Amino acid sequence: MSTLPNHRPLWTMAGWSALVAGVVLFGLHADRYSAALATRVLVVGLLAASVAVLAGWCGLASLGQTFPFALGAFTTGLLAKQGLTTGPLLVCLAAGAGVLGAAVTGPIVLRVRGTVFLMVTLALGELAGATATRWSTVTGGSDGLFGIPATRWWPGTAPLVDPVATFGYAAVVVGLVVVLAVTLLRSPYGLLLRGVRDNEPRLRAAGHPVERYLYAVFVGAGAVAAVAGSLLVTAQRYVSPADLSFDLGALVLLAVVIGGTASIAGAFAGAALLVLARDWLAGPWPGHAPLLVGALLVLAVYALPEGLSGAARRLLGGGS
Amino acid sequence: MPSTVDEFVADAVCRRFGGFVAVDGVSLTLRPGDRHALVGPNGAGKTTLLDLLAGTVTPSAGRIRWRGRDITRWGPARRARAGIARSFQTPVAIATLSTVENLVLGAWPHLLGPTFSPSAAGRRWSVGRRYRWLRERVLALAEELGLAGCLDTPARQLSHGQRRLLDLGMALAGRPAVLLLDEPAAGLHGTAELDRLLGLLQRLPSSLALLLVEHHLDVVAALATTVTVLDRGRVLASGTPAQVGTADEVRRVYPGLAEHAWLAGPVGPGSGGHAGRSPEVTTHAAD
Repeated sequence: MSTLPNHRPLWTMAGWSALVAGVVLFGLHADRYSAALATRVLVVGLLAASVAVLAGWCGLASLGQTFPFALGAFTTGLLAKQGLTTGPLLVCLAAGAGVLGAAVTGPIVLRVRGTVFLMVTLALGELAGATATRWSTVTGGSDGLFGIPATRWWPGTAPLVDPVATFGYAAVVVGLVVVLAVTLLRSPYGLLLRGVRDNEPRLRAAGHPVERYLYAVFVGAGAVAAVAGSLLVTAQRYVSPADLSFDLGALVLLAVVIGGTASIAGAFAGAALLVLARDWLAGPWPGHAPLLVGALLVLAVYALPEGLSGAARRLLGGGS
Repeated sequence: MPSTVDEFVADAVCRRFGGFVAVDGVSLTLRPGDRHALVGPNGAGKTTLLDLLAGTVTPSAGRIRWRGRDITRWGPARRARAGIARSFQTPVAIATLSTVENLVLGAWPHLLGPTFSPSAAGRRWSVGRRYRWLRERVLALAEELGLAGCLDTPARQLSHGQRRLLDLGMALAGRPAVLLLDEPAAGLHGTAELDRLLGLLQRLPSSLALLLVEHHLDVVAALATTVTVLDRGRVLASGTPAQVGTADEVRRVYPGLAEHAWLAGPVGPGSGGHAGRSPEVTTHAAD
């Protein structure tokens, strides 16, 4: 008899340990190109994780997480240009900007659900992109912000210019954020969210302040997306409106669908699949990236109704 | 006007959906210990009235008061925290969560809310400890619901009747002062499940006010001390089961009620329906 909700089988623990070991081994042996690609997977994956939390735990499919992502990216870029290059500080301040942005927009977008929510968040993402383009004195307009100094682990340590070193930094930050998010979601707070997702009226009738729960998750997801934005700037030392376009919003939602909505690991797996298909396979097979991405989506929807995470669960015979 | 402490009052509440008037100026009062049944033909506005009382639907006109306060604009969550609980016809409980998790979620806002006595402040620190504390407290309720054997079974794997009892359990877990039940007996199979439901409802604390919408007249007969008949959004008659069962208006629109042996008269089965009209019954002829 389990005394805690969300009791997970042991293989999940084994899986996570294997993943950490794999990331460390990769970091030790990767070349510059694959490290840069892997960092991109981590950035897109973390953004997808923020979408997965909203979609999978709250039933709120969002296209607008590019908004806090943009806030995190520009906060990091602008602060770095002012001379603040300390990584942990940049991540925290970017997260703060994401929290603020989500806290302000939350009351507006959380009034609606379902397809309307999707549309409102799409508008939010587009608004973020348009603002980044128009507000050129701050954001550099469509040229973007360039010449951003490299992030450092700590004042005095070497700047993170090597892609392999940057990958290590991104992996540690992503790891910490994911552990924090998973811990919260597996605590009884996760139960509240599953209740909201599956039967919101019932939970409301039991006296739960559902709006407050959703608001808290929306703000938290905003912080996670903003950290992803901060990592993007650390990785490429450049950010432009093209990095925050609708394409990215759609890509991460796709990653979440492919990964299986209520799974953070699935969001990363889906992001990996899509980024590799888009950026890596597009090399030997140029010009066909959108086709590949589309084909993957069709395949995912028909062949893996519960996404990669659902397929993995079935394969390993684990519980729910 | 001074108000009795635990009075739940609907004062001439109306609800229009476009041009259709679902509930048309209904007034009723629930006091501690009341066992009030709401009956009437399909489309009479029973569920809408229940939704109005629970706060799921906002009235187009009229007021709702609880413990002397106007709660007309309060949403369902706030009303629930104030002690007004409800059950649902469908979908019942939260399908992906286990029995005990559903019950814990039912108790959570009440036993850990602001009204909860903070005697063990340490509990508040860790959400895991709060969860285990709540879990211990709902085990007795699970026993009473007959669900002690499937505490960790996801609600979707329970039988339909078990899920209905679980939904009722979610409402009871918060120890409400007013309980609004929407057809609790619908879909229960066999006398065992029905008996369990009846037993459960008969053992409810005597201080609790119960309002139930129910088609199953055996359940109404076994529980109700007051019956209100709704027809086309209006109160047709209200009074004791015997009074209401013999009212002419009721016989006309809802013959099933008048013919039901238990309701028709206090004498017993077989002799019902001819007890004569009681002068105390309040009827409201449609105008």
